[in-house]
Amino acid sequence: MSKSNFVIAVYVENKYGVLTRVTSMFTRRGFNIDSLTVGETENPDYSRITISLSGTNSDRMQLLSQLKKLYNVRKVEVISAESGIKRELLLIKIRTTTETRAEIRDVIDIFRAKIIDYSTEAMCIEITGDTNKVDAFIDNMKPFGIIEMCRTGIVALERGPQSMLEK
Amino acid sequence: MKISGAEIVVETLIEQDIKTIFGYPGATVIDIYDQLLKKNDRIEHVLTAHEQGAAHAADGYARATGEVGVVLATSGPGATNLVTGIATAHLDSVPLLAITGNVATDMIGSDAFQEIDITGVTLPITKHNFLVHDVEDLADTIREAIRIAKSGRPGPVLVDIPKDIQKQLCEFTPGPRIEKGSNPPAKDEDVKRAAEMIAEAGRPYIYFGGGAVRADAGDLITELADKIDAPIGCSMMGLSELPTDQPRFLGMQGMHGHYASSKAMAKSDLIIGVGVRFSDRATGNIDRFSAGARKIQIDIDQAELGKNVEIDLGAACDICDFLRKLIDTVEEKKNPNWMIKIEKLKAQEAEQELPDFLPEKAIKAVSNMIDTDTEIVTDVGQHQMWTAQYFEFKKKRTWISSGGLGTMGFGMGASIGASYGSGKRSVLFTGDGSFGMNLTELATAVTYNVPLTIIVFNNGVLGMVRQFQTLFYDKAYSNTTLNRKTDFVKLAESFGAKGFRAQNEEEFKKAFAEAYECEGPALIDLSIDKDSVVLPMMRPGGTFDKLILGEED
Repeated sequence: MSKSNFVIAVYVENKYGVLTRVTSMFTRRGFNIDSLTVGETENPDYSRITISLSGTNSDRMQLLSQLKKLYNVRKVEVISAESGIKRELLLIKIRTTTETRAEIRDVIDIFRAKIIDYSTEAMCIEITGDTNKVDAFIDNMKPFGIIEMCRTGIVALERGPQSMLEK
Repeated sequence: MKISGAEIVVETLIEQDIKTIFGYPGATVIDIYDQLLKKNDRIEHVLTAHEQGAAHAADGYARATGEVGVVLATSGPGATNLVTGIATAHLDSVPLLAITGNVATDMIGSDAFQEIDITGVTLPITKHNFLVHDVEDLADTIREAIRIAKSGRPGPVLVDIPKDIQKQLCEFTPGPRIEKGSNPPAKDEDVKRAAEMIAEAGRPYIYFGGGAVRADAGDLITELADKIDAPIGCSMMGLSELPTDQPRFLGMQGMHGHYASSKAMAKSDLIIGVGVRFSDRATGNIDRFSAGARKIQIDIDQAELGKNVEIDLGAACDICDFLRKLIDTVEEKKNPNWMIKIEKLKAQEAEQELPDFLPEKAIKAVSNMIDTDTEIVTDVGQHQMWTAQYFEFKKKRTWISSGGLGTMGFGMGASIGASYGSGKRSVLFTGDGSFGMNLTELATAVTYNVPLTIIVFNNGVLGMVRQFQTLFYDKAYSNTTLNRKTDFVKLAESFGAKGFRAQNEEEFKKAFAEAYECEGPALIDLSIDKDSVVLPMMRPGGTFDKLILGEED
């Protein structure tokens, strides 16, 4: 069976230990996660976990069913490829020299990234976008020398007027 | 009036109709034990010899009754000793409430004496667990734990209560008994689709498991089988839901299942799975398992649908509701060629019978000599498979065995719990290996005068592993020859139980007749050949086309 990437959003009770319960289930069931983010939502009683992973269709069904069985999970949805807005944020520190600085700035402009910190030897850059854009930006930065980088993983919302919790 | 957290624990259990709990005291549950003493006219506590025995006893109690079994243990080692028992209940979907004490809230995280993060330890083996932070939440947490344990697909729930919470005072008002919530009904389109698939099939086979036992679905399964002219088989967990002599019932299928049952499943063109998870022991090589058959799976747990094998139709709903609607919807049919084939398979199975096979003779003798409502409990290994194969079940819920986890040492605790649950005698079939693991619970059985007959199939080896070594490891018997000098008769007597010895069928029957009449526990040491094997056998990862039927295979 062919594998594909998918993004799942999960509303969980905003209580101590809940993230462990979710991630422990992934480990136990052998799901391999590409990224996982968690944060507050419009409702203080709930946190939202966004999980990105690749797997077969039956992996996806199994993951959804297992998530729904967890006591603290309130709602689980697959963010569809068509109507989902997916973003992640990258902070990246690049080595710079007098010769490369202008060229780096060109790439930053093209990708609509932002310089956050600047010194004679290095630059810290922030960029948001979907995974493909962030990947492409990293590829473009590689020749200059990446000192270190950190990306958040995907957060995602469905387009349209309603909230997932009320759906 | 305000009462202590410890008193709330006991009052909540009483409120929830819990009559018997199993456990072992310790520093962080002294307050709860103090209350158990004060209220012992309303709730009984059974003191076991080891917390593992208490966990298995609560499990056996739950399996025998269908109600929640409760176990109580102290923090640290008390709590970790429950782990195997909780995991056993988890794998077999048994409603279990484990209550543990913990160190006081302000000590948590300090590696205090007998402190362990038991909610962390049991995270993957409980349906859910709770650490109580506030005495105000205590009663509702226990109620919620009981609700979770018994609702939907049942399972174990642990509630960890720090010592200071047990001492704090709080208002308590008794609440109503929590009933199992109702399960979602079957969808009409699923029922319609199932009826169509049955109409299109020529060789239907109904395959049920533990979910059918919990749902009490046996009669509906029989009714469906009669209407669509299908044979019936079950997983090990399904045993006793149908009487062994039910004409359509071919018995347990799987790795050591009945020849006719396993073969019929492999040859069918439609498998109707009812409350069964198609475990690897039941299917063998998943990729080649019944590749020619379409599969319908009906289960209360959505996550089981298609988890282990690909299915053509899955329904996550109340099993009985689905079966009732399906019986109403499906066209009556006859499959004469298929049923002729089934009769042939049964005849072939009868031809394979081993002459003078002592384990079979002993188990069949017990079948004939006991009251039909006796609970049959096993440990894990060859004796378990033989009992599953040869025992003739007549009543529902009389089979208690560790299926999913395969826990050696399960039997002693479980049979004590089963006797408490049923109020009747239990018969435990065990082996010298399994019995050796938790035989200390003999002390419990004697103390409480539990009506229990223990049959030790004594072959001096770890027979099941030895069988694998015989067949697949060139008879290299690494660490499976016990060669112990234990005299089980004297051992039983030293614990205060009756002991009997038997070497053959006649001696066994005589010993059993006497042992079964004993008021309290009695043990029979039955010597069997160390090279007795469980047949048929499917090679691990094999298929039902190539069952091992005799030693020459």
